[in-house]
Amino acid sequence: MPPNLIAAKPLPQHKLNIDLKDVLFRASLPLLAMLAALLIGAVLLLLLRANPFQAYAAMVTGVFGSTSGFTQSLTKATPLLLVGLGICIAFRASVINIGAEGQIILGALAATWFSLAFRHWPGWLLIPAVLLVSFLAGAIWGFIPGILKARLSVNEILSTVMMNAIALQLMNLLIRGPLMDPAGIAAGTYLAQSERIPEQAWLPRLVPQTLLHAGAILAVVLAVLVYIFLWRTTIGYRIRAVGLNPDASRYAGINVSVYQALSLTLAGAFAGLAGAVEVIGVQHRLLEGITSGYGFSGIVAALFGGLHPLGLVPASWLFGSLLVGADKMQRAVQVPSALIDTILGLVVLFVVASNLLSRRWSSRRTIEISATEEVNS
Amino acid sequence: MTTAGQLTHLPRIRRIEMREIVKRFPGVLANSKVNFDVNAGEVHALLGENGAGKSTLMRQLYGLYRPDEGQILIDGKAVEFHSPADAIRAGIGMIHQHFMLVPTLTVAQNVALGLKSSREPLLDLDRVSARISELSQAYGLKVDPSAYVWQLSVGEQQRVEIIKSLYRGASIIILDEPTAVLTPQEVNDLFATLKRMVGEGHGLVFISHKLHEVMEISDRVTVLRDGQTIGVRLTKEVTRDELVKMMVGREVKPLSPQPAKVGAVRLEIKDLRAMGDRGTEMLRGVNLQVHAGEIVGVAGVSGNGQRELAECLTGLRKATYGQILINGEDMTHAPLLKRMAAGQAYIPEERMRDGAIREFSVQENLFLRDHSAPQYRRGVFMDFSRMAARTRQLVDEFNVKTPRLDTPLKNLSGGNIQKLILARELSRKPVVLIAAQPTRGVDIGATEYIHKRLLEQRAAGTAILLISEDLDEIRTLSDRIAVMYEGQIIGVVERDQATVEQIGLMMAGVSKEDALQRRSDLAHLSYP
Repeated sequence: MPPNLIAAKPLPQHKLNIDLKDVLFRASLPLLAMLAALLIGAVLLLLLRANPFQAYAAMVTGVFGSTSGFTQSLTKATPLLLVGLGICIAFRASVINIGAEGQIILGALAATWFSLAFRHWPGWLLIPAVLLVSFLAGAIWGFIPGILKARLSVNEILSTVMMNAIALQLMNLLIRGPLMDPAGIAAGTYLAQSERIPEQAWLPRLVPQTLLHAGAILAVVLAVLVYIFLWRTTIGYRIRAVGLNPDASRYAGINVSVYQALSLTLAGAFAGLAGAVEVIGVQHRLLEGITSGYGFSGIVAALFGGLHPLGLVPASWLFGSLLVGADKMQRAVQVPSALIDTILGLVVLFVVASNLLSRRWSSRRTIEISATEEVNS
Repeated sequence: MTTAGQLTHLPRIRRIEMREIVKRFPGVLANSKVNFDVNAGEVHALLGENGAGKSTLMRQLYGLYRPDEGQILIDGKAVEFHSPADAIRAGIGMIHQHFMLVPTLTVAQNVALGLKSSREPLLDLDRVSARISELSQAYGLKVDPSAYVWQLSVGEQQRVEIIKSLYRGASIIILDEPTAVLTPQEVNDLFATLKRMVGEGHGLVFISHKLHEVMEISDRVTVLRDGQTIGVRLTKEVTRDELVKMMVGREVKPLSPQPAKVGAVRLEIKDLRAMGDRGTEMLRGVNLQVHAGEIVGVAGVSGNGQRELAECLTGLRKATYGQILINGEDMTHAPLLKRMAAGQAYIPEERMRDGAIREFSVQENLFLRDHSAPQYRRGVFMDFSRMAARTRQLVDEFNVKTPRLDTPLKNLSGGNIQKLILARELSRKPVVLIAAQPTRGVDIGATEYIHKRLLEQRAAGTAILLISEDLDEIRTLSDRIAVMYEGQIIGVVERDQATVEQIGLMMAGVSKEDALQRRSDLAHLSYP
């Protein structure tokens, strides 16, 4: 048979089915893992003499039973999604960003300072400017470990963790000093928080009487843009190439460390945005604990979403619901909050494990398929 | 396994037969009614191109896959294996291409791994060592039971694998491309061992696509092609050419290159020096010129600086002294992109590490270098339709067999991956091409194709530097042969004047003049 004919042979029909099945399989696995974790959680609840049915019912109705619960889950999902997008870009370049906490803080700091410094600006100008400034502030916080890695091969896991500590102390210093709320000083309370930002800098609410703000829409739009960035642009192509095979990328003339540093910078920028939306969307001021741990749970959400920007959208919502539901559950059945953390921890553990498992299965499948495709060719 | 006192295992299996084996993978027939048998006391070679179904067949015999149809009979009795453990218990062993050894453990520890100790819960490594010594005496497998595996050469590690199988009582042993990783001397040692094993009554299955080895070691040959048995022959009654025809499905004619039309100097290397990874000087003053329209082959025993030379030429290794000129322009310290712009293309030695990205699609891999060329993008966006059109064209032109353009590269065979890399590099119309081990691990059909392409490129006026450990390849393609020894070019000979003996002597460090003189005295040092 002339080889040209083989090369031009159309695709056999079954290929499509395999891919679809694979996608469904991979999507269902984390859900199954979550169920398994909740099952173990039920045993723990029983041990504490709480009724697991009542507890989980409270969890579900807490999220889906009311507008407030549902919008809360979306509000929590927003920073998770933003952080997760950055984590996802970094992961694609094989860079691990543990520094989202610090990058959120920098974004929040920048947002607070800017909206207070330019409080006379109109909202249509102020809000985009605040978002941009926070984006840049987070980017700088990501760029520092990025350039350290590129120039001096400093391990990014260590440096990003250190940058978290620096950011935290920087915020503590500022909200107890120059940024401290003058009203608190006047009243003598000296609360460690900033002045309230001007109202025109607030993100519009999507549902009245709730916390859900326009940042949620922004995050989803950005998820689509990140997808386009990674898979349609030359820069995204290089980031993925560097992450998958730095040696081959180097031979292709791609500057590996530049793209690793770039991916860390972008990761920081997205976390910075998360900090901004927390300030101008939810809290309307800077206060201690502004990150709510989103810098770490964002990593989990990213893994949850298969490190894919579009998979992250449902994944971060799911994780947000879990956070809200767990809170409601704790109040309904009166168990220690440590138990709630345990259940959340179990979910994370199971989902990450199922991720590994599905990768192993799919690689085994690939081996079989490659064997057959060789024969096929 | 309470036979530690026994001197040798008497092989238990007299005959294994695989009848009408059918194995399907989703949508594909990997083995189509294949028949195969092996008897005690013979080497039965299983010959076929990459992807002919050899490994699939043997994995079924070793319990890694289960056949969809057909039977496996041991001494006439049907058996079913659910896992390799079943196969091992039945007396079947398999030596994989990639060894399954723990480097930080000793030989004895590796052999004992996973077996019950004779004095549980304590270890019985002394008994294991004694038994290893017995086996290595009986079969001529020199190995020290107390040596750590990481200290062993590849050939020695393979011996450990064989001892592991024998220790577990294997009477039929499958060897999957056992010579792929060995030096010629080690191949000789292995063959001596295999003959001894056959003498002891073992049956061996020798999977290979190297014909001269099959001719040398086997008693019978089964040829597979496209998942089907093409035929079974007695080795002494078949010729090499017949086997090639059975394997490839057509005749493969030897190449006879036209004389070179040599032009100006394109690549010039002047007194090039560089350090190796271990901090020793690996290039110690290399001088070489490659002209337009000629292929210069660099021959040599591996580790004499060929790899470092290639890396200096691509700019991934810093030269400490000397010059590299492309078209007269100094490129010694130029970055890769500048060399590419000057018309240099490169086929890397480690194609899966340096030449391609496994997870990327065929199309993405084709554009590894040119993804940001103006004609394939609009702003920062990649122009997928133009890329796809170009990919389709190159895939056709270079006979890359792939189900789709977005198939991940890892699903392609080695030969097709190499053709894809060739397509990427040659389509750039290079002035200078560095080809390092371009056909290593590639099947006959693809090798023939790659050689033809390289000769076409030479006719088109490209200056080609061919670095290869395959002396046959060097002699077929090169107009001039440069022999590398201890970081220097010890001599350059014209193809027509070079004999195998002469090149072999130079590879061992004898200067060109001496090699020429002593040729007649040392004729016994001939190459196969």
